[in-house]
Amino acid sequence: MNAIIGQPVNRVDGPAKVTGHATYAAEFDLPGLAYAVMVLATIPRGHIRSIDRMAAEQAPGVLAVMTHEDAPRLAYKPIAQRPQVDAQSGEQLHVLQDPEVRFNGEPVAVVIAETLEQAVHAADLVQVEYARSPALTIFDATKGRPPSEGNVKAGRVPELGRGEVEAAMAAAPVRISARYVHPREHHNAIEPHVTIAHWEGENLTLYDKTQWVDNDRKEIAHVFGMEEERIRVISPFVGGAFGSALRTWPHVTLAAMAAKRVGRPVRLELTRRQLYMSVGFRPHSEQHLTLGATPEGKLVALEHEVVQQVGRYEEYAETALSPTSHLYQCDNLWARYRLVEMDTNSPCPMRAPGVVTGVLGLEMAMDELATELGLDPLELRLRNYAEQDQQKGLPWSSKELRACYAAAAERFGWSRRKPEPRSMREGGMLVGYGMATAIYHSDRSAGSASVALTGNGMAVVRSAASDMGPGTYTSMTQVAAETLGLPVSHVRFELGDTNLPFAPVHGGSITMASMGNAIVAACQAVQKKLAGLARAAQNGPFAGLPEEAIAAREGGLGRADGSGPVVPYAELLRQHNLGWVEAEGSAQPGEETQKYSSAAFGAIFVEVRVDEALGTVRVPRMVGAYDVGRVINPKTARSQCIGGMVGGLGMALEEQAEWDIRFGKVMNANLAEYLVPVNADVPSLEAIFVPNDDRNFNPLGVKGLAEVAICGVAPAIANAVYHATGRRIRRLPITPERLLS
Amino acid sequence: MPEPAHSFMLTIHVNGVERQVQVDARTTLLDALRDRLHLTGTKKGCALGQCGACTVLLEDRRVVSCLMLAVMAEGKQVTTIEGLARGEELHPVQAAFVEHDAFQCGYCTPGQIMSAVGAIKEGRARSDDEIREQMSGNLCRCGAYTNIVAAVRDAAAQGG
Ligand code: FES
Ligand code: FES
Repeated sequence: MNAIIGQPVNRVDGPAKVTGHATYAAEFDLPGLAYAVMVLATIPRGHIRSIDRMAAEQAPGVLAVMTHEDAPRLAYKPIAQRPQVDAQSGEQLHVLQDPEVRFNGEPVAVVIAETLEQAVHAADLVQVEYARSPALTIFDATKGRPPSEGNVKAGRVPELGRGEVEAAMAAAPVRISARYVHPREHHNAIEPHVTIAHWEGENLTLYDKTQWVDNDRKEIAHVFGMEEERIRVISPFVGGAFGSALRTWPHVTLAAMAAKRVGRPVRLELTRRQLYMSVGFRPHSEQHLTLGATPEGKLVALEHEVVQQVGRYEEYAETALSPTSHLYQCDNLWARYRLVEMDTNSPCPMRAPGVVTGVLGLEMAMDELATELGLDPLELRLRNYAEQDQQKGLPWSSKELRACYAAAAERFGWSRRKPEPRSMREGGMLVGYGMATAIYHSDRSAGSASVALTGNGMAVVRSAASDMGPGTYTSMTQVAAETLGLPVSHVRFELGDTNLPFAPVHGGSITMASMGNAIVAACQAVQKKLAGLARAAQNGPFAGLPEEAIAAREGGLGRADGSGPVVPYAELLRQHNLGWVEAEGSAQPGEETQKYSSAAFGAIFVEVRVDEALGTVRVPRMVGAYDVGRVINPKTARSQCIGGMVGGLGMALEEQAEWDIRFGKVMNANLAEYLVPVNADVPSLEAIFVPNDDRNFNPLGVKGLAEVAICGVAPAIANAVYHATGRRIRRLPITPERLLS
Repeated sequence: MPEPAHSFMLTIHVNGVERQVQVDARTTLLDALRDRLHLTGTKKGCALGQCGACTVLLEDRRVVSCLMLAVMAEGKQVTTIEGLARGEELHPVQAAFVEHDAFQCGYCTPGQIMSAVGAIKEGRARSDDEIREQMSGNLCRCGAYTNIVAAVRDAAAQGG
């Protein structure tokens, strides 16, 4: 049997995507579909004095206008254990339940009409009068407070540390200290968030953009106080999300309310501008680091404080201290995490939440330390290589970071770097080389899958997983094909439907480590079931054999000793007059979490070209090497890595929400003014996977990939800009005006 | 469905087929395609002309269909992503996108492909630099850009 795992298989859903036949949430064609449009608050805090809805109600095509005055009071039943994708403290936004306004952009009305044009027009006619209250719209890092109990319990600790940091810092022969600022960033997946809600009696179907159908169902069940069994969520294709579709946002509730009100299926699609106030963002952060070292470059003390913005009605916090706690060997460490309350919609996870922020500060500070010491930045990392997770006191389940450094440095040509800043030039441009380390902790969660072997030789594998782009459809198909011994073309993987076996969230890079192992288990379960039937039969090749005498081989069953032919699954089904045979399997984390610390690693090297007259930074090439454990599909894995590089480039040079403190509002809420990378920004990106197979972490040996791919990119670029120009820009993004000032 | 105000019956030739479509004066070509004709391969990313997800060919020219009113397409030839493949056989640009993994989520992809088809037809895909420039009106938040360039280069070499 040729290995299928590890092959660069083309995406199995590729043809559907390139022909326009992949159906995303907005595209389900339901008879009688009506269109809902939200009206959003225009003040940052206060309450609604009055709403004049007359003109909207009388506008052509309008079916209903709903405000807090007439919206049904919803149950909003508390959830005993909030899912990890939700804010862990405070209370989610209760939509249209009272006249309060908690942030600029909170929904205050929804208009439902026969057509989208009619709904958009009527939404404009709704007149809202507000009474403004004083609002918190300014980020003041000195006003930080520790996270609340719920967040602390979920691992967002206010402080962590080890050793005697004060004494060690005071005694450190070399010290650097710096503050870094990173603005609010928005996911801006190209597909907007959208929900179609369809009630049939007391049963609700949601066609939704979500990274977790099971949780979507659970959340809406709690909001409406209904049984989960009455809700079905369908989400076969997700047009990118990067964390914004992990949790269930208020517009999903609004869509369901609207559909109930008009007694028809209703689609509610957020506009690009509305997305900036409706579905979370990466919070603004400021961080302060002090590093103490010996003249040889051994870290002796490390202090790191991260302060982030948070909404006031609920508290979303991140694990921004995690990289500092274990990326380098350092006996004395103190780190602190604080939140600054602001009147804003709630932030939420965005690709490598918290970690990307912590890595940014730490890796820029390490570069400053290297400069102070006169050491090569890569050498400094090697001198502080963490052989174990010092904070947890556990060995790594695997760590090939040294190999990452070596492979990427070699491929990049790091040895050609002249140490002095401003020492490299080409064609009138300053040239800079920079590097950084990437890390993202590897997790897995319980999940399950079913496999049906059918009489026509196909295997149908099902799980309520999601594919927002990394290639879940393809990689899971490969895992099943290899386990069953079938070609990829004979396996079909179905996902994105609450009617399928439970899957964990599609986020945090856990999908393959969680679902991959569940699929292996399901494949083995169905093989076992078929073997059981064959053994129990009156006759046939396996009749009466003991269990251990039969083994799955080459798309069928054979004798474990290798004698005799392999009987294909379909043939066995025929022998037993069966149309199909089906079994479920599941996998969950085990004791490895007690024995090891697990993480994916990477090393990123970049070249920048700076035009000093214009202040522009171009990035002609980036090379990343990654230890992500076993790679199921190098083609789609590479796409994730280059995608992470592009995201990191945006973070370093382009992306920032322009926040107006008068209105508590993002002023550049569109894709022309909130800059994201375009094709001409990224000429050459290379990704290398160093060999690894982390069986200590899980049987499949995978670690996870999506998040680590964005970590380290922005600091590598910032460090390269320093090398090119001799200037440390500590406030991202590094825009021309900052470089020129 | 009550007659919307200012409604028009239009004739548009979509992918070589004459289609009658009832629209509002305010209906964009994009919404007419997606919501009236249920040709949902053409995507809505911003509705502001900023992302390129809605790119179609109008009489062989690349246009962002979200910035065009449907009534402006009256009597014209519109080619969408659904009109490229011949049965099961993918158009060379589509095939190259699959082969080079020139997408992840796939949501920007129809727009990218229509842009690429247009650029190749116009003779504006002669070098990697030119492809990058010509394709920079199509945002890909999944960051598949270098793979998109490889796919377009390949397809252009085959006469796309
Ligand atoms: S939807 Fe038309 S350009 Fe974005
Ligand atoms: S493939 Fe997702 S936006 Fe381009």
